[in-house]
Amino acid sequence: ENSNLSTEVGEGLDEWGAAKTLIKPPDQLELTEAELKEEFTRILTANNPHAPQNIVRYSFKERTYKPISYVDQMAIHFSMDGNMILKDSDEGRRQNARLSIEEVISEEAAGEEEAEEAGAAEAAEAVEAEEPPPPRPRERKLANQFNFIERASKTLNNPLSCKPCLIVLQWEIYDAYVEELEKMEKSKEKEKPRAHIAKKEEKRKDRKSTSLESQSDDITKVSKAAKIMERMVNQNTFDDIAQDFKYFEDASDEYRDQQGTLLPLWKFQYDKTKRLAVTAISWNPKYKDLFAVGYGSYDFMKQSWGMLLLYTMKNPSFPEYVFSSESGIMCLDIHSDHPHLVAVGFYDGNVAIYSLKKPSSQPSYKSSAKSGKHTEPVWQVKWQKDDMDNNLNFFSVSSDGRIVSWTLVKNELVHTDVIKLSVEGATMQGPEGLQLQTLGCGTSFDFHKKIDYLFLVGTEEGKIYKCSKCYSSQFLDVFEAHHMAVDAVSWNPYHMKVFISCSSDWTVKIWDHTIKTPMFIYDLNSAVGDVAWSPYSSTVFAAVTNDGKAHVFDLSVNKYEAICIQVVVAKKKNKITHVRFNPVYPVVIIGDDRGHVTCLKLSPNLRRMPKEKKGQEVKKGPEVEIAKLDKLLNLVREPASQAAR
Amino acid sequence: MAEVEETLKRIHAHKGVVGTIVVNAEGIPIRTTLDNSTTVQYAGLLHQLTMKARSTVRDIDPQNDLTFLRIRSKKHEIMVAPDKEYLLIVIQNPCE
Repeated sequence: ENSNLSTEVGEGLDEWGAAKTLIKPPDQLELTEAELKEEFTRILTANNPHAPQNIVRYSFKERTYKPISYVDQMAIHFSMDGNMILKDSDEGRRQNARLSIEEVISEEAAGEEEAEEAGAAEAAEAVEAEEPPPPRPRERKLANQFNFIERASKTLNNPLSCKPCLIVLQWEIYDAYVEELEKMEKSKEKEKPRAHIAKKEEKRKDRKSTSLESQSDDITKVSKAAKIMERMVNQNTFDDIAQDFKYFEDASDEYRDQQGTLLPLWKFQYDKTKRLAVTAISWNPKYKDLFAVGYGSYDFMKQSWGMLLLYTMKNPSFPEYVFSSESGIMCLDIHSDHPHLVAVGFYDGNVAIYSLKKPSSQPSYKSSAKSGKHTEPVWQVKWQKDDMDNNLNFFSVSSDGRIVSWTLVKNELVHTDVIKLSVEGATMQGPEGLQLQTLGCGTSFDFHKKIDYLFLVGTEEGKIYKCSKCYSSQFLDVFEAHHMAVDAVSWNPYHMKVFISCSSDWTVKIWDHTIKTPMFIYDLNSAVGDVAWSPYSSTVFAAVTNDGKAHVFDLSVNKYEAICIQVVVAKKKNKITHVRFNPVYPVVIIGDDRGHVTCLKLSPNLRRMPKEKKGQEVKKGPEVEIAKLDKLLNLVREPASQAAR
Repeated sequence: MAEVEETLKRIHAHKGVVGTIVVNAEGIPIRTTLDNSTTVQYAGLLHQLTMKARSTVRDIDPQNDLTFLRIRSKKHEIMVAPDKEYLLIVIQNPCE
């Protein structure tokens, strides 16, 4: 076999060698010697015969076409990048060395014939001439003996598709669309006529200023996050209280028959209000967890400054808003349609409106001595419906005997005296026969829920006047209600005829405004600071007294005694000044004269609803509440009316 | 500005709060009450987690967004409040 193979190779080489001899094409011209020796002269020029001779180009300077004299004469017939290397160069030498090794291998393989050709250099040349230069991969090591690599194994280690930049999430697409929409809207705005340019500029200025502010300090941007965080930290700390607020229902109420309890929840206190008394409390009508507290002093001898704080139940450790004033705050009211506006009455007789939207600690609007302020402390303020021109307005009552309506016209408080509390037959004989009229001192008032013009005014003398906004000099009725100052009057939220009053003469009285004598009288053994109807039942109300007790009544359960009397302040000396029911949650807030506000939960007995009877649906709604109270009132009315007959 | 500073101060002074960190959009802590290495670790890890959580919420409903993230662990509670560009991280020990 071996000899056979070698002969075949040898034959092939012979044929190849023979092919090297000249082969004449068959149709070649036969020329004589003389013809072959004939000389032809040829002149070679550097001009390219194919180069164009007549190129013109337009000249803008002269506005005509101009022939271009210079034409590139170079013609390239063939070009190829060679792979020849100079023998003397480094690379050449390296290649030589490599080839000599290869040659040894190939010599062994090829056999004797190649060995006949002498000289290593010649052999190298021959290899170069015979076969194309060896492809580069030969330099590499053999992967295996077959020099075989699976194609699948050549995949990249980190294919591009795994990189996050190529994964497009749904929301990223959404954001891109939203951005595009905004751009389109902006471009539309630009197309609009220039009528709004001035406004726009203003806006721009605003934007600029805000952006400047934000640039100045980065930390302001976390203000919202910080606020949320503070609430969450508080929620974690007071977790048990929050759970009680939401879920705890005192189980022992079932064994207590009628009595109920108040469970203390959060305590709200602030460093700067330690020496001030809580003079007013009000829940925000829109945000049910937010309430405003007014601070001042009821002590005539110890008047100082005042404060207005707004707390939320979500953060009992620090108030949401803080305003301070020079004079003590005596009363406040939050507008039901604009829950950011707080009307405030001061000890010095001024009234003011604070806006929660403005960051300054000063009131947005304030009355002055020129604009008809009261001359005595303002005891109560109350927002009214907007007037005919949609101006905001509120009423105030003061010891100086005037009831004033304040209207906000063009950022200014305009006052109108609605009524003067003149006391009948109490004109004083002044010097030189002057008739001085003494005025009653108003301490509290409340406006009827349905009849717009009707309102009640309680006075320091203990009388309650039923007044109308239409008559400035006359009262509709006078109730000889109490022996001392009337601290609060309040219409029942359900029954339109009934109102309640409390006084420093230790009593709470419930009235029908058409009857001059009270329906119910309760003696609480201490001066009563405040009384409030509950929002959920027509027969439930709470009263707070100077001895630190809270009294809760439910007339439908017990019309003679309170169903809960509880001391709710830390120290016995503390007087409770005010109480308010939350409009939705079963909690009350009470304020004392040391600046503390406590939130308490009403136990189930204190908010008991009519019992369910089998097969009978429990009726709910204002009609039921009115009927419930009417039934009670009829018991009292009948003997009186019988006696009258 | 002062208001935010005061709020942060109050948070830090609150019972059981171990530390507060403010992290910017790149995950770099810009303010902290903890030591350096702990801060860097918390900031880097929580930034990633918050971004992932936000991405999850937004992928389910693009109009929705993450507002708060609280992680209850055996030892602490880690709370993360993402704002537009910053993360506010507070570590609290609620049992204290």
